[in-house]
Amino acid sequence: MSVLKIHREVAFNKTSQTLSKWDPIVLKNRQAEQLVFPLEKEQSAFVPIEHVFSGWKARTPLEHEIFNLLHKNKQPVTDPLLTPMEKASLKAMSLEEAKMRRAELQRARALQSYYEARARREKKIKSKKYHKIVKKGKAKKALKEFEQLRNINPTAALEELEKIEKARMMERMSLKHQNSGKWAKSKAIMAKYDLEARQAMQEQLAKNKELTQKLQVVSESEEEGNTEEEETLVPDVVNEVQMDANGPNPWMLRSCNPDAKEEEKPMDSEHLPEPVAHQFSESEEDERPVAEEETLLKEFEERRALRKRSEFSQDAEPMGSRETQDSSSQEVLSEVRALAQRLNKGNLQSRKQRVTSTGTVLQVQREEPAPEEEEPLLLQRPERVQTLEKLEKLGKEECSQKKELPRPILQREWTERNPNNQPDASKGKKKEQMINLQNLLTTKTPSVKSLEVPTIEELEDEEAKVQKQMIKEAFAGDDVIRDFLKEKREAVEANKPKDVDLTLPGWGEWGGLGLKPSAKKRRRFLIKAPEGPPRKDKNLPNVIINEKRNIHAAAHQVRVLPYPFTHHQQFERTIQTPIGSTWNTQRAFQKLTTPKVVTKPGHIIKPIKAEDVGYRSSSRSDISVIQSNQKRLSGHHKKQLKKSSTD
Amino acid sequence: MKVKMLSRNPDNYVRETKLDLQRVPRNYDPTLHPFEVPREYIRALNATKLERVFAKPFLASLDGHRDGVNCLAKHPKSLATVLSGACDGEVRIWNLTKRKCIRTIQAHEGFVRGICTRFCGTSFFTVGDDKTVKQWKMDAPGNGEEEEPLHTILGKTVYTGIDHHWKDPAFATCGQQVDIWDEQRTNPICSMTWGFDSINSVKFNPIETFLLGSCASDRNIVLYDMRQATPLKKVILDMRTNTICWNPMEAFIFTAANEDYNLYTFDMRALDTPLMVHMDHVSAVLDVDYSPTGKEFVSASFDKSIRIFPVDRSRSREVYHTKRMQHVICVKWTSDSKYIMCGSDEMNIRLWKANASEKLGVLTSREKAAKDYNQKLKEKFQYHPHIKRIARHRHLPKSIYSQIQEQRIMKEARRRKEVNRRKHSKPGSVPIVSEKKKHIVAVVK
Repeated sequence: MSVLKIHREVAFNKTSQTLSKWDPIVLKNRQAEQLVFPLEKEQSAFVPIEHVFSGWKARTPLEHEIFNLLHKNKQPVTDPLLTPMEKASLKAMSLEEAKMRRAELQRARALQSYYEARARREKKIKSKKYHKIVKKGKAKKALKEFEQLRNINPTAALEELEKIEKARMMERMSLKHQNSGKWAKSKAIMAKYDLEARQAMQEQLAKNKELTQKLQVVSESEEEGNTEEEETLVPDVVNEVQMDANGPNPWMLRSCNPDAKEEEKPMDSEHLPEPVAHQFSESEEDERPVAEEETLLKEFEERRALRKRSEFSQDAEPMGSRETQDSSSQEVLSEVRALAQRLNKGNLQSRKQRVTSTGTVLQVQREEPAPEEEEPLLLQRPERVQTLEKLEKLGKEECSQKKELPRPILQREWTERNPNNQPDASKGKKKEQMINLQNLLTTKTPSVKSLEVPTIEELEDEEAKVQKQMIKEAFAGDDVIRDFLKEKREAVEANKPKDVDLTLPGWGEWGGLGLKPSAKKRRRFLIKAPEGPPRKDKNLPNVIINEKRNIHAAAHQVRVLPYPFTHHQQFERTIQTPIGSTWNTQRAFQKLTTPKVVTKPGHIIKPIKAEDVGYRSSSRSDISVIQSNQKRLSGHHKKQLKKSSTD
Repeated sequence: MKVKMLSRNPDNYVRETKLDLQRVPRNYDPTLHPFEVPREYIRALNATKLERVFAKPFLASLDGHRDGVNCLAKHPKSLATVLSGACDGEVRIWNLTKRKCIRTIQAHEGFVRGICTRFCGTSFFTVGDDKTVKQWKMDAPGNGEEEEPLHTILGKTVYTGIDHHWKDPAFATCGQQVDIWDEQRTNPICSMTWGFDSINSVKFNPIETFLLGSCASDRNIVLYDMRQATPLKKVILDMRTNTICWNPMEAFIFTAANEDYNLYTFDMRALDTPLMVHMDHVSAVLDVDYSPTGKEFVSASFDKSIRIFPVDRSRSREVYHTKRMQHVICVKWTSDSKYIMCGSDEMNIRLWKANASEKLGVLTSREKAAKDYNQKLKEKFQYHPHIKRIARHRHLPKSIYSQIQEQRIMKEARRRKEVNRRKHSKPGSVPIVSEKKKHIVAVVK
């Protein structure tokens, strides 16, 4: 029995192995984009035409006639199948080649004419300044080239040097640049009255001097030293000024220097506290949230307004924030608190710096032209953008009411106030402000603490406190609750029906850049969106209930992710790409709609064969294998029998 | 002065002949064609509905047998020819295009148990209850000649099935054991046996032609290697397997039709777990046949219906039944993969379309494009609930419907009981057995 079992196992393993060769084919067929059955291709072998000819005979009279004609013209029947004429034509330049050559020539001609025209044009230019610049440029270039040449090829440089020397000699001989020429004489007359003419003359003389001077071949080391000196001589400030003159935004460039950065920092700090203080003062008045997306321009405007207003409010009521204790808006308070905590650190740091670098600040500020200062200042601080932006957003939320003020007035005020608020006055206020904020925060903390978590109305138990503390510790870095509140506010805002503004600017009145349709018109064509039903999560501070889900649409939507997909985005993408010919070109449409399995009608599909897929099938038939096996086995058996009989 | 004029190439807008279609320039700017997803969804919905509207799979019924049809065979070379053997020993050859019987032979006494054609299509073999194997010519005898078999082999025991080798002049019969015969001889060149029960059917592997599979009434499936004249492996299932069928495109895959209402697709190299359990029938599955493309198979069941399963799905995509169709005993998928034939108890052979809503005949290119597009749309949106519901909906006879409900309840009850048992016993003592493993009793080496 066990022998049989071993036999079976061996045979099974062998068969499994032979079957495994089909694995790649099976896999390929399963994954194939398209399978066309029957699999075996009909042999479309190409037979040389001579072979076809040889087996074919002309039978009808027409065919006879044609053959006669062909033979008359010595049409070659065997290889090569070309008449001499055809060969000649093949040898000649092909059409494409000719076309290419022609195009090349055309291009060359066009380029040539272009350069000619340009040269002519340049020659005609009368401007002396232009020519001067060109000359200078040429000279510079020549010098540079000479320098290079000297480094690379000294002998050539020497030749060049000789040339220069020769030019000098020619100059000396001709005395061209002395004041003996016609032009020089006329200038000499003018020089008495005209500064420019005098300068021109001097220049000419200088040139003369330069040209007639005998050249000294200077050693390289000396020259290098000179250049270095020059570099060191030129102060950084000069460079900066140059950059200022050229660059689009000098402040962006300046912030690259480390010392400049330091200078900026105190200015940052002056920006930081403002919105906060302002927020405190205004928090009770209005807490209308504002959508996050706004254009950059608007932001700047607001910032400008904000800054100005903050100064206002500080003047009026520096400790106005105290009033927030009795305010009902818990959300805002919590936000403020979080912010204040974050600010604490920043302020301390910045104050230290401020002490050291107040002088520089002043300098910098004086340099700036007052009205343009605001924008670059705001742009220049990449390291601080995050916090500031948050701050400003908060600020915006609070002061959205004030923002409605017409812009021109604000700006006028701003410009009016500018001169006195700029360097000195603002500095004093700033300091005051900082201190105020610190005081405020320290005094504020105990009272605000209970209000920190706005979603929990009254939780004074110890347990809750502990838990709160834990949560606070866990999410020390990021303010989850504030984020949630913001998210919720955004969701609410997004779901609110929007007003439709149908005003057409420029319709019935003047339109254009900076002109707005009149208020009357806007009022008339603004369609107010109807107040929707109250939100389900209106009284549930901890929850956002999505009201977007449409029951009617849900009946048509897929509820669970279908099997082969691993992510809903994959599935959505397959749905979103249209396959119809309305959206795709004919070719793409055909490609997209190819069926997976194609069968030819009326064709028998045979099982796959080893030959079809390029495998070699065994040459021996199964029967012959059996028979040979049996013979061997029976021989073996007989031997065994004999053995047993002899034993 | 040079005047510039608009000039267009007439090739872009002039037809060559007036029979050509008008050239319509089209702007594919997506903003001009909005709502692509909803529009395609509606198109898919309509396509699905139309598919159901046009789903008329039944083509013809071939009647003529005077007893239940027991076996069917395809002609290897001719799509129109079909052979069938009945329970009264009669063999008929049918022409499908004419839908007529072209030849009738009284082949055996008692059942015709098996019928198979030679690979070249010149002759066919039958086995019957009268312990004989007979070889017949495919062509009808000339005028006045008698209907006589080419060869007759008288065996010692009853043969229950026969299958012909795909390349060589050899065939295999089954009964008490599996015999391999050379056509020229009257004795089997080798006989293989493993166990003592009678073997229901034997099938040659169409790709690796030396492989055979058989199923016996002692619930096992045995694989044989004809070259080495030895059985390879045996797998024992819960219940008896009626027949197996090899996948004609994947050498190592076969599907077994089982008495426990299920079909099992195996990889013959790993018999301990079936690749897929196909369940939908509500009674014993009697026959199974692969589509020549190897992507689907059809099964015939005692529950008076036939079902079409994709190879990689456990649920059927189609069920065919008619009021008059009784227990379906044999089923075959035609070689062009377009039609399905089934022979049933009530003496009829029925011809079905493999794709219920397919339009027969030659399609114009536009029809073809529309068909392909609709097919892709249906595939794309197949997971959407409305479309899924419409595409899945089938009318079932009351008997089958109620049995499905009943079995669902039974299955649920069994599942619940198992869960409860697991709950109330020591953890790990009632292991979770997957559906695939559940039905495999043992694999014998």
